[in-house]
Amino acid sequence: MEKTKYYNIIEDFIIEQFLFGSKEDLQRDFSLLEQGIIDSMGVLEIATYLEDTFNIIILDDEVIPENLDTIDNICRFLETKVKCAG
Amino acid sequence: MCGIAGICCINSSDRFDADTICSMLSSIRHRGPDESGIYLDNHAALGHCRLSIIDLAGGIQPLSNENEDLWITYNGEIFNFPELKRCLDKHNFKTRTDTEVLLHLFEDHGIECLDMLNGQFAFAIWNSSKKELFLARDRLGIRPLFYTIQDNKIIFASEIKAVFQYPRIDRELDCIALDQIFTFWTTLPGYTAFKGIRELPPGHYLHLKNGIITIKQYWQTPLCREDSSEYSDLKEASEKLSCLITDSINIRLRADVPVGSYLSGGLDSSGITAKIVNKFNNRLTTFGIRFDDPDFDETAYQKHMVNHLKTNHTELLASNNLIADNFDRVIYHSEKPMTRTAPAPLFLLSKVVRDSNYKVVLTGEGADEFFGGYNIFREAKIRYFCARQPEATWRTELFGRIYPYIFNNPRMKKSLQAFFTRGMLDFENPYYSHCLRWANTCRIKSFWDKPFQKSVGQYDAIGELDSFLPGGFGKWDILSRAQFLESSLFMSNYLLSSQGDRVAMAHSLEIRLPFLDYRLLEALAALPRRWKISGIKEKFILRKIFENDLPADILNRTKQPYRAPVINALTADSSSYSSNMVSEDMVKKSGIFDYNKVSLLLKKIKNNRQPSEIDNMALCLIVSTQMLIDQFICNPVKIPEPYQVDMVIDKRNKN
Repeated sequence: MEKTKYYNIIEDFIIEQFLFGSKEDLQRDFSLLEQGIIDSMGVLEIATYLEDTFNIIILDDEVIPENLDTIDNICRFLETKVKCAG
Repeated sequence: MCGIAGICCINSSDRFDADTICSMLSSIRHRGPDESGIYLDNHAALGHCRLSIIDLAGGIQPLSNENEDLWITYNGEIFNFPELKRCLDKHNFKTRTDTEVLLHLFEDHGIECLDMLNGQFAFAIWNSSKKELFLARDRLGIRPLFYTIQDNKIIFASEIKAVFQYPRIDRELDCIALDQIFTFWTTLPGYTAFKGIRELPPGHYLHLKNGIITIKQYWQTPLCREDSSEYSDLKEASEKLSCLITDSINIRLRADVPVGSYLSGGLDSSGITAKIVNKFNNRLTTFGIRFDDPDFDETAYQKHMVNHLKTNHTELLASNNLIADNFDRVIYHSEKPMTRTAPAPLFLLSKVVRDSNYKVVLTGEGADEFFGGYNIFREAKIRYFCARQPEATWRTELFGRIYPYIFNNPRMKKSLQAFFTRGMLDFENPYYSHCLRWANTCRIKSFWDKPFQKSVGQYDAIGELDSFLPGGFGKWDILSRAQFLESSLFMSNYLLSSQGDRVAMAHSLEIRLPFLDYRLLEALAALPRRWKISGIKEKFILRKIFENDLPADILNRTKQPYRAPVINALTADSSSYSSNMVSEDMVKKSGIFDYNKVSLLLKKIKNNRQPSEIDNMALCLIVSTQMLIDQFICNPVKIPEPYQVDMVIDKRNKN
């Protein structure tokens, strides 16, 4: 999959917020939950960040691992949301 | 309760002076402020500082047997000593103490005497004619005992700070022990945070004879001995266990000073307190903690119990400021990095108790481990239940029953379920219940600086844990395995020390733990698991046991974990000692953590982006490790000048 325009923003956020600078631990299709990079609060944190940064509203039902558990999934989800919002 | 210290030649003799042993005692005088004594000969030096509880006038130590070849320095209580004394009628007793009962028991039965003791203790017995040293620690490790070997001598004491008073002991953190703490939240048995300093594990003894040191286990925590013929039904089982709890409380009220009780408002301490009031002392004094933060506070339940039992209650408000201001003292006394600040309120409470002129309190510690109270047990049970039918999504809804406060947030539900079901199919894993917790904690190692990471190398803490497991562990049921891990690691090596003995003895307070009576634990091992956790109802049988002692709302309370604030306490004041410990200068100086990462964590906390559980733990581990290094290695806390001991027994020229 091609890297979308959101990729670097999301990656930087995760590296700073959850990995405290350790870039080497991160791969785009790694499950962030499975890898222990985020816990359940982390999913919420990502959702809040996306809402604040991209001016979108994420429904409660959308806060699920399928949308927010890998960088690729987050980017894909974000594309759809921004398109809808636009 | 007391402090002990000693130095013993391994296979030579030496000229001991009184100064070293007096310095050792001086560093732990908080454990025994009432009187002190030392014994010296050409092979050994023993020291003792005493907190007088039984035979106030007559119990000074070290104490000898009739012909003065055996000498004991002893910290603890043998609660069944009056019964044991009846079998020792051929001996002439100088005192009314349990110390002397123990010494004569050892004289008559040797090492086997340990099986007869019901208590909490750590002691040394020196056989001056055979030149043999014997050290032992109680079954569960309620009382501490540390040692090291240097200059062909074994140096031992109740606390590590006393061992450090022996000249030229290296003060260095042990990277292997740190790796264990950053996995299990505590060290594995035998390890301490300091390189070269060992702890005698619970239920073990050490014997020095003919220059050879042997360490052996004399008791193993019983957990998996399901014998269906033992109990015919739930009623019979709860009656039998109730009698054992009552007797356990009864013998723990033995003292020549008044005995109080901790009362949090939770099931365990309420049950113990109610039994004391109903059966033994209806004018009981109780002590409890309140918190500013409603998430941690249990005041309403505590008040309810106080009104119900009409105890004379004193409470302490553990504010964030108080926790922050005292956290360094907590680390000084506990001598270990910690994942939580929860020991701090108990440190503060022990001062309140002492200021109220109480030296002894009973506490409810231990019920969660052995009666099945912790969420980690229930979590494992639900994960196993989900794993058997992974498609049945309703099963994962059960997690919401044990964590209602986080599942109440509809946004979190799915991700929480995903979080808890990680690795759920791996039930062949002997650490099924704990692997999720350990994997999360291991993430905090990413804060380590590269050179420090390198010194840890490929060390595998979980691999080493394998060697501590009892035979057949892998075949035990999931609850028994989880209980073993929780009790032998977290309880013995953290709760009973950092959150138990050490923070109580910091203010010369003895805690006694009726739920840890070994007779009760052996009876519980034979109990069907479903009576510990029924469905997901925790401590099922304990609720039956306390049915007639407690009001219904206390009896049916869901467990509220005892927690204390971390981030709000440790980062509130930028000029505080804890903030200074994570300054660039201090972090770089200690060489354990990567300052860039620490600063990103601090930035995250400052921006208040809902710090997670791991962020809280990471901050607490980093601050406490830094404090440990500062107080024991970089700027060692100065001990009070060696004091004038009350008794010196000098046998140096007679040997």
